[in-house]
Amino acid sequence: MTNKAKTAIITEPSRGTGPIRYNNKGDPMKALKSGLPAPDFSLSTTPDQKVSLSDFRGQPVVLVFYPADWSPVCSDQLALYNELKPEFSEFKAQVIGISVDGVWCHLAFSKDRKLQIPLLADFEPKGAVARKYGVYREKDGESERALFVIDGEGIIRWSYVSPVGINPGADGILKALESMTPGEKAENF
Amino acid sequence: MYEPTTLTEPVSERDHGEGPADAPLTLVEYGDYQCPYCGAAYPVVKRLQKTLGKRLRFVFRNFPVTQSHPYALIAAEAAEAAALQDKFWEMHDLLYEQQARLEPDIIPSWAKRIGLDLEKFESDIKKGVVEKRIKEDRQSGIRSGVNGTPTFYINGTRYDGSPDYESLLEALEYELVPQSRR
Repeated sequence: MTNKAKTAIITEPSRGTGPIRYNNKGDPMKALKSGLPAPDFSLSTTPDQKVSLSDFRGQPVVLVFYPADWSPVCSDQLALYNELKPEFSEFKAQVIGISVDGVWCHLAFSKDRKLQIPLLADFEPKGAVARKYGVYREKDGESERALFVIDGEGIIRWSYVSPVGINPGADGILKALESMTPGEKAENF
Repeated sequence: MYEPTTLTEPVSERDHGEGPADAPLTLVEYGDYQCPYCGAAYPVVKRLQKTLGKRLRFVFRNFPVTQSHPYALIAAEAAEAAALQDKFWEMHDLLYEQQARLEPDIIPSWAKRIGLDLEKFESDIKKGVVEKRIKEDRQSGIRSGVNGTPTFYINGTRYDGSPDYESLLEALEYELVPQSRR
């Protein structure tokens, strides 16, 4: 059976710190879970522009951590979210991509794929923001493929780490955005 | 626990299907007519249909990635308008076989080629009759976790393996093995 997905992630029951996920190398990762404040950050999106999470107070933010630009598929994860801008706009949600690539790489990639999603360079110190969110893959020097939905007050309402080879799609994000009302927590999985 | 992603909208009479409705295997593809990966998947699906025969029902649903593929939507409209004249598969197949030549001006000639009433064809597209259906497919795809094109679902569960013939065949044949023997 060649279905890689079935063996990619194993979780153990919660030990109070939240479910511990293991990646396919067996390393424990602790992605920040819902209920916690999303760490603020300030990263370059172009050579002369910086973007901070706090810039978006008052609206939901979807943080898309991904390993690297230039994955060889035409409708990869970012292109998909780009396509779904109308759906995200219904919630006034801002989608932001983050990888360890530098700003020039992001610029070229963004132009090539016609992306309207800001791409942030978690470049120096390398992976610092991914580490703050518990989604940095030390051995590969890239971030996990991880999603965080953050509410207008800066609280994480949903997070998900996908097996790095699998594009998680948008269904989980949209469910989280829909379920967000003050005081409610979306499910962590 | 990692849970496989499933179709939110089960296959029904609404769908364009090839193969018996009671086939033990159903392969659903959410596809984009201008996407080269879907173009590559087209002969793979044909081969799978040949190998599996009556055991397979193949269903195609639209997921045009319009930001990346400027002609994906008009191609989808052409196929759905052809469907209204009972020639969905003729147009679907032609679109993929001639994918390299896809552009707006060639579509009327393709419609004529497969014997469509051109006036009705163009009117249905213009009136937006097929637009609604394509939007419905897109929505069901989003909800079902479509994560690129093509995205395949085998018996309702998203297939995350490689889209080559051998891998798909293996995954499909695995579904034929009784639960107790897996």
